[in-house]
Amino acid sequence: MEQNAKKRVWPKVVLSAALVVGSLFLLQRLLVPKYVDDIIEGAFIAEYYREERKDFDVVFVGDCEVYENFSPVVLWEDYGIHSYIRGSADQYIWQSYYLLEDTLRYEKPDVVIFNVLSLQYNESQSEAYNRMSLEGMEWSPAKVKAILASMTEEEHFLDYVFPILRYHSRWSQLTPADVEYLFTTKTVSHNGYYMRVDVRPAENVPGGRVLADYRFGDNAWKYLEMMADLCEREGIQLLLIKAPSLYPYWYDEWEAQVEDFARERGLPYLNFLELAEEIGIDYQTDTYDAGLHMNLSGAEKLSRWLGNYLTEELGLTDRRDDPELQAIWAEKIAAYEADAQAQYEYYGMTEADSRPTDAGEGI
Amino acid sequence: MLFTSYEFFGFVVVLFLAYYLLPKQCQWPLLLAASYLFYAAAGPQFLPYLLATTAATYLAGRGVGRNLARQSAYLKEHKAELSKEEKKAYKDRQKRIRLRWVAFCLLVDLGILVVVKYTGFLLSNVSGALSLLGWTGELSFVSLALPLGISFYTFQAVGYLIDVYRGTVPAEENPFKLALFLSFFPQLIQGPISRFGDLSKTLYGPHPFDRHTLALGLQRVLWGYFKKMVLADRVIVAVTTLIGEPGTYAGAWVPVGMLLYTFQLYADFTGGIDITIGLAQALGIHVEENFNRPYFSKSLKEYWRRWHISMCSWFRDYLFYPLSVSKAMQRFTKFSRGRFGEHVGRRLPVYVSTFTVWLATGIWHGASWNFIVWGLLNWAIMMVSEELEPLYERFHSRFSWSNGRGWQAVQVLRTFGLVCVLNYFDCFSSLGTILGLFASLFTASNWSILWDGSLLELGLTGLDYGILAVGAAVLLGVSLVQRSGSVRAKVGALPYPARFVVWYGLFLVVLLMGAYGIGYDASQFIYNQF
Repeated sequence: MEQNAKKRVWPKVVLSAALVVGSLFLLQRLLVPKYVDDIIEGAFIAEYYREERKDFDVVFVGDCEVYENFSPVVLWEDYGIHSYIRGSADQYIWQSYYLLEDTLRYEKPDVVIFNVLSLQYNESQSEAYNRMSLEGMEWSPAKVKAILASMTEEEHFLDYVFPILRYHSRWSQLTPADVEYLFTTKTVSHNGYYMRVDVRPAENVPGGRVLADYRFGDNAWKYLEMMADLCEREGIQLLLIKAPSLYPYWYDEWEAQVEDFARERGLPYLNFLELAEEIGIDYQTDTYDAGLHMNLSGAEKLSRWLGNYLTEELGLTDRRDDPELQAIWAEKIAAYEADAQAQYEYYGMTEADSRPTDAGEGI
Repeated sequence: MLFTSYEFFGFVVVLFLAYYLLPKQCQWPLLLAASYLFYAAAGPQFLPYLLATTAATYLAGRGVGRNLARQSAYLKEHKAELSKEEKKAYKDRQKRIRLRWVAFCLLVDLGILVVVKYTGFLLSNVSGALSLLGWTGELSFVSLALPLGISFYTFQAVGYLIDVYRGTVPAEENPFKLALFLSFFPQLIQGPISRFGDLSKTLYGPHPFDRHTLALGLQRVLWGYFKKMVLADRVIVAVTTLIGEPGTYAGAWVPVGMLLYTFQLYADFTGGIDITIGLAQALGIHVEENFNRPYFSKSLKEYWRRWHISMCSWFRDYLFYPLSVSKAMQRFTKFSRGRFGEHVGRRLPVYVSTFTVWLATGIWHGASWNFIVWGLLNWAIMMVSEELEPLYERFHSRFSWSNGRGWQAVQVLRTFGLVCVLNYFDCFSSLGTILGLFASLFTASNWSILWDGSLLELGLTGLDYGILAVGAAVLLGVSLVQRSGSVRAKVGALPYPARFVVWYGLFLVVLLMGAYGIGYDASQFIYNQF
């Protein structure tokens, strides 16, 4: 009798558990932001894992100053450099470090480029930015460490394991995209590059306010040291850069500290603010948000200069003779051009309005 | 460790696993360890207070218990040889010894409570009084953080000791068992104020695993979370706005504030108690109910029989009755009868006793004048109501419709309105502010805020108000169904798919509509502060 009762209970238990797990999974999928329409920056980190050939010559890590200022398409088209930007909004240096660790699970690039602006932060500033940098990472020890290093006081690790706990109240803000991309997604970047073609000249850029202390924090330094050590251990060339963004303000005191560090560690360091004229960046035409980030025109100029530097100074070789890569990039270039054309139409511009066509312009 | 925190969920899961997997004799020691861990998580600095109260109560209980046993044995042994007078003299001597134990315990337990909770209030009032006499100094006292749940466990300790003194429960011999009684984590921070005679029946087990008991307990917990996280912690945004700026939110905002606060208080406190009783039930432990659909009360007196039952019965049994039958009160009764006649002479001692109880109730709720006035207003309304009872009876006998359901509904609404008004005293420590707000009602010209969209300024969206309205309707519906028996039992009688839909649906409502996580402030239960 008792055994029969038990036999009758088990199907109910199994079915109920399946219903609970299934419905919670569906709800979670529905509620998490898809980052395909409005704030697409949150989708960048995850896109890396969908790359067919993760044998990049160059991997960028850093904040918006890398994903809005450099075009991997130009690096490929002009120099045959296979590159990817693992950038995200307000990416803190500890996140850059763990993204690098995460990247090394798949490949060992020749060069890692890190934008030094994030050294200004010694601790995470915003949960929203943490989310955009961390959610897209695949689960690995690097992700766990990245979360633990990033969480603000209000955050909880469990919210990252079960995002439904974080986004439980998003049901009132769902859009058709949440249903459309319930199980699929679309690529929104160009190898991590966020394209904008519109123009907003840099005018009245505010100067830096006086700071009480210009020294970078211990935590920031710790991760920069760790990044340098990791690259050294893995035989990767670490290239430090400061993108030519006029704002946030880059202080001379900060510059001196980075230069000292680069000198001590024997690392190359490029401050593109100082190279802007040589590169040919025109802040009246090459920025879409008054000097914070480059538009397509500025990013392509910058990428051409960088490609030349990577080839000439760091000895990267042209891989355009790899037919598989050629095929992959042909698709990427088509998508890139289509996006550019769509944006030109959207903003009522023509390509000739802004985009330089000469390879090597400004070098 | 908030009941609504992830840490608490983890704590409960681990505890439940250990509780039912370990040998049964380990259950209550495990509960004791878990309860102290839970309490220490709120701040290890609070542990000495709890330990001191426990130690004093244990020692006094043992002292009283041993004395009672000795007295009983002595009287039995010398039954034949002692005269009636000698027996009485012996009993009086023993009683004095027991009273010394009780006094010692009350001094420690209530002393701690008074020092940490009321010293600041007392000194500020003494300072105020002295300043009226021209004194310009200021009395100050080191500000002590209020230990979590101190009013609850202190009252529980005092209740236990008085029960031992009265001989209604035996003194607990095992100090650790008494420690568990005083620190049992589900009820430690907001009650109910359990009686040793009730709780000890099931507290120490053993409790074999029973999935039906577990399920019933967890269902009650879920219902509590619904009230707390979906309703109370949602409406708190508006309540905080309203009471944060009394200068702005006057006039027509006052009834809005009273209604929303009363709703929050109900959902918060009853939700918390649901979680407490449910957790205990899931552990196989019976904790007495603390509410009995209070907002269906037809009078304030009835309301106080149905709201926070354990506190009200505590004051009745341990303050009102002892005071009423005390020698001093008997003398006062005799005096007042002689002085004011039979009717008034009979009523006056009742007034004095109930006044004392409501003064104490107000003080128990908080160390500020608004709570004292709140308590005394409750007292005054109930006393006036009692005096007018003959008038009510004449009214009811003359107008038969006043015994019908329609009039009962009016009585329920009237009592609810009265409770809303009284509850608003909780929100403002300044009496001037409260009186100013009530006065603003009579000069208000801003009644349009009720329909012109101003309600959306309080931090709640239209959707939030919708959720609150539906939630209130659900609470009302459940209370109505409850009148004919347990709702969980009724749901339990449904076919399995229907049961699954009800409980899993409620879980999803809490999961999706609960005010928790980023963007919501973790809100402590209101009664934690008492």
